[in-house]
Amino acid sequence: MAEHAGEAAHGHDGHHEMSFWSKYVFSTDHKIIGMQYMFTGMAMALIGGFMAYVFRMQLAFPGEAVPGFGGVSPADYNSLITNHGTIMIFWVAMPVLIAGFGNFLIPLMIGCDDMVFPKINRLSYQIFLLSAIVLIVSFFVQGGGFGGAWTAYPPLSAKAEYSLTPLGSTLWLVAVALEFVAFLLGGINFVTTTMNSRAPGMKMYDIPMVIWMIVVASILFMASVGPLIAGAVMLFMDQNVGTGFFDPGKGGDPILWQHLFWFFGHPEVYVVLLPAMGIVADIMTVFSRKKLFAYRTVLYTVFGTGVLSFTVWAHHQFIAGVDPRMAHIFTITTLLISVPIAEMCFVYIATLYGGSIQLSTPMLWALAFLAEFLIGGVTGIFLGASGADVYFHDTYFVLAHFHYTFFPIAIIGVFAGITYWFPKMFGRHLSEFWGKVHFWGTIVAFNCIFIPLFMLGAAGQHRRIYNYNHFPDLATPELQRLRVIATSALLVMLAFQAVFLINFFYSLFKGKKAEKNPYNANTLEWTAASPPPHGNWAELPRVYRGPYEYSHPDRDTDYWPQNEPN
Amino acid sequence: MVQAQSRGGSRGDPASLGGTSSTDLNVVYDSGGGPPAKRKTLLSNAVLGTMIFILTEIMLFGGLVSAFLIGKSMASFGWPPPGQPRLPIENTAFNTLALLLSGVALFVAHRRITDAPATAKSPLWAAILLGTFFTVSQGYEWVGLIAEGLTLTSSVHGAFFYLIVGAHALHVMVALGFLISCGLQVNQGAVELNRFHATEAFWYFVVGIWPVLYGLVYLS
Repeated sequence: MAEHAGEAAHGHDGHHEMSFWSKYVFSTDHKIIGMQYMFTGMAMALIGGFMAYVFRMQLAFPGEAVPGFGGVSPADYNSLITNHGTIMIFWVAMPVLIAGFGNFLIPLMIGCDDMVFPKINRLSYQIFLLSAIVLIVSFFVQGGGFGGAWTAYPPLSAKAEYSLTPLGSTLWLVAVALEFVAFLLGGINFVTTTMNSRAPGMKMYDIPMVIWMIVVASILFMASVGPLIAGAVMLFMDQNVGTGFFDPGKGGDPILWQHLFWFFGHPEVYVVLLPAMGIVADIMTVFSRKKLFAYRTVLYTVFGTGVLSFTVWAHHQFIAGVDPRMAHIFTITTLLISVPIAEMCFVYIATLYGGSIQLSTPMLWALAFLAEFLIGGVTGIFLGASGADVYFHDTYFVLAHFHYTFFPIAIIGVFAGITYWFPKMFGRHLSEFWGKVHFWGTIVAFNCIFIPLFMLGAAGQHRRIYNYNHFPDLATPELQRLRVIATSALLVMLAFQAVFLINFFYSLFKGKKAEKNPYNANTLEWTAASPPPHGNWAELPRVYRGPYEYSHPDRDTDYWPQNEPN
Repeated sequence: MVQAQSRGGSRGDPASLGGTSSTDLNVVYDSGGGPPAKRKTLLSNAVLGTMIFILTEIMLFGGLVSAFLIGKSMASFGWPPPGQPRLPIENTAFNTLALLLSGVALFVAHRRITDAPATAKSPLWAAILLGTFFTVSQGYEWVGLIAEGLTLTSSVHGAFFYLIVGAHALHVMVALGFLISCGLQVNQGAVELNRFHATEAFWYFVVGIWPVLYGLVYLS
């Protein structure tokens, strides 16, 4: 539907007319594939958001029928929380941030006409779509969707007599595995394209930060996913063939899964964090009209973070029976990794310092990212310390902590990116006014959801409980009031997403037409038409300088596009 | 000398890049119709893409091997567990030799293929034959082991054995498919070098990881 916007501007010479199917469904054009990922991700976000609505209603008003869903059984509840987590990470954050923005931005920002392996790119999306369909199908099979939490710890995930979802858990696993294959193919494309297809003259340090971060994120993904694929195959065999890899009764070890899962699971945090940080960096330079502070330092920091992220995984397992001496080591690495991330936050603040800041909608989202992610990062310190984690483990404190990291990444970062690149994607402007209404409605409501959850967690409220009335210590009116506040704030936040959707689809067709470079930005994508035609440029650009030459003292204008000879 | 000067120009100085279009190291001109300027790359797309894929593969086998080592360390009654058949160490050592030789043969083909593709034909097909021998011979061993009672469900030992060796076998078969397609291209005298080099990288990975797996799974 949305891709129609590109049709009007598509009269580029040298490209014969294509049918609707070959242009939008089986396209090998990186922009269309990026859109496909983005729209699929948005659809999945609606499903994941609806799931959050249903189980939050159950927690605030236990036992009452939820409008639009009905009564929530314990099995429903388990399946909802499991699939909410799975969807938001694997089918929203990854496809939109890496595959969506990566596909759309990489060729446009490095100045080439397409990915180096366009057909592999198309295959990547098709496998991804298949994985989404398999996951959705798994909700409706006998026994319902998988309910063993998104981390899928055995024995709950390995044995049908425990999970009670014989088919659901296998389909869940197959869907996740297919999704990994899709991103593997995408990641190979991203790295190879960025290394081999940059515009002539674009050196390593001339690559925009968002592209670097997507590339590093892809490498992190590909280096960390192998052990999880190994684990997934082993879990699949435990479920369906009768092997005992994770079954102590047969000589296996259930903790082994946790190692394989979190060896991937923790770098995965940085896989989605880095693209969001890159988007924010690019937006902040444009809307403060300043050079990115310490480009090379940021880049080396990103590499360092990537390496460190492979050494922290066992902080998820402090109470799983790992050796306490081991826990000390992982406490130290975990606290260490907050240093480079904090450094990047300082660098971003230094970028803003003294700039002429323009509070447009994308800039508001970028600033909110920094503020909210800081809260997520700081609360992580408590959890990374193994002593404090003994108390906090598996409470709502953990839950609120990682929502304060993932929400800024997957929602705030994505909104920043979409509102910023919307003119380039669709050739029209979003409404600034309604964009700001949506921004404030989302941000205020978001904090009202999760600050009460921090308090609940500190009060000892355990995660993955269907009905707190069964726990007298947790069923007090004070705690119940906090749960109602969180749920009400969630309803408000979801309602404000309607503002975004209406603004988005209205602007797609009726928005103000956008020129090539509405923000006076430097990077190459703004030298292509809005929206860029198939092949992006009639003549491919050449690059003469870095991407962040704003407010150069020798220039009359406050920007200096990368492709201008002087 | 001109090239060196053009690279040495100060960053962002228009003259350093703008005026040196044909001598810039980064730029080579196509005389044909294509894009006006092209980047010279260290590795071709196919080879770089394959190397990144191999990174994932190494981590995949790394995951399998660590899982295997943990599983082995958990075994309370020794390894392999009592009552399980002994693995055919000697036969597999011979197969390992065949696989390593196929890697050598492919390297010989690599040395010849750029200058005289026709002379690369025999070492390339030798590599394919040795690889096929390895696969078939290993498969034959599996039949024997299953008959002796080593199966996926007989013990964690059996499960890890078939998982790791099977994962490797799958890779060998896929890689053989690519090698054969390169062999057919050489037969027709129209070899795509990028494709050959990418296949070669993948085959070296498949050959190189096997001794590690053999040492861990069979010998320890």
